[in-house]
Amino acid sequence: MSSYGVFILSAYLVVLVVLGGLTIASLSARSKVRRELAARGLDRPREQRARTT
Amino acid sequence: MADLHFLANPARFRRFSQRVLPGLTFATVLGFAVGLYLALLQSPPDYQQGETVRIMFVHVPSAWLSMAGYALLAALGASLLVWRHPLAALMARAAAPVGACFALVCLATGSLWGRPMWGAYWVWDARLTSMLLLFFLYLGHIALSRAYDDPDRGDRAAAILALVGVINLPIIKFSVDWWNTLHQPASLMRLDAPAIHPAILMPLLWMAGSFLLLFILLVLVRTETEIDRRRLEIADQNA
Repeated sequence: MSSYGVFILSAYLVVLVVLGGLTIASLSARSKVRRELAARGLDRPREQRARTT
Repeated sequence: MADLHFLANPARFRRFSQRVLPGLTFATVLGFAVGLYLALLQSPPDYQQGETVRIMFVHVPSAWLSMAGYALLAALGASLLVWRHPLAALMARAAAPVGACFALVCLATGSLWGRPMWGAYWVWDARLTSMLLLFFLYLGHIALSRAYDDPDRGDRAAAILALVGVINLPIIKFSVDWWNTLHQPASLMRLDAPAIHPAILMPLLWMAGSFLLLFILLVLVRTETEIDRRRLEIADQNA
């Protein structure tokens, strides 16, 4: 790569950090909320919950 | 349109999302693997810009998606205010941070491209300034939707901001035609043929497709999370 390599690699690093960070944050938020739903028994459809209670 | 109304029900949307997410994840990973190979290794340097043209393969797709994301926010805002779709507010809450991150990537990579080409990381140019305004509109939407104790009021205020701010999209698009700017004019979305050689156009379109898949994936995952979060809030209120 040319003398501009530092700018090119920095640009791709920005993409990795910002979009990779957003992906990890989104997935971890989803699993956290799902764990909380499961802990309260709200992770099943309403009809199924009604049958078991 | 009937299918979109069908998906307006959060439970049905959740089932649809869970069906498509595995395939979408696979397609996104594969898209980026091939796209990065094409962008960094296979495509030739530009005859004027040299190797720095490789920044375009991440800068341009992020710009397109940050604008498309805001158009989505405006459409969701209209759905919420006019038809009171139950999913519109949740999806807008999910999509705003995704759009903001794509706008941030666009600004940062543009700045890194500007330094070697223009000799400056930033200039108060019409295109750059209107893009910065789009980023602030996203931040405003995120802040406004979370600013009220009653989430419905926050969602409605953010929907109004999304509809007002949509005027910025044609300003971004045509800023390079309306004012004298350092930013280059449109090379692809023009009335005549694209001004990019196919050897550079193909990796650009491939990367744009991969960015689009990632955008959809993130919006689906975050919308699912918002639906589940709302279920927890309702359970708390009923307890």
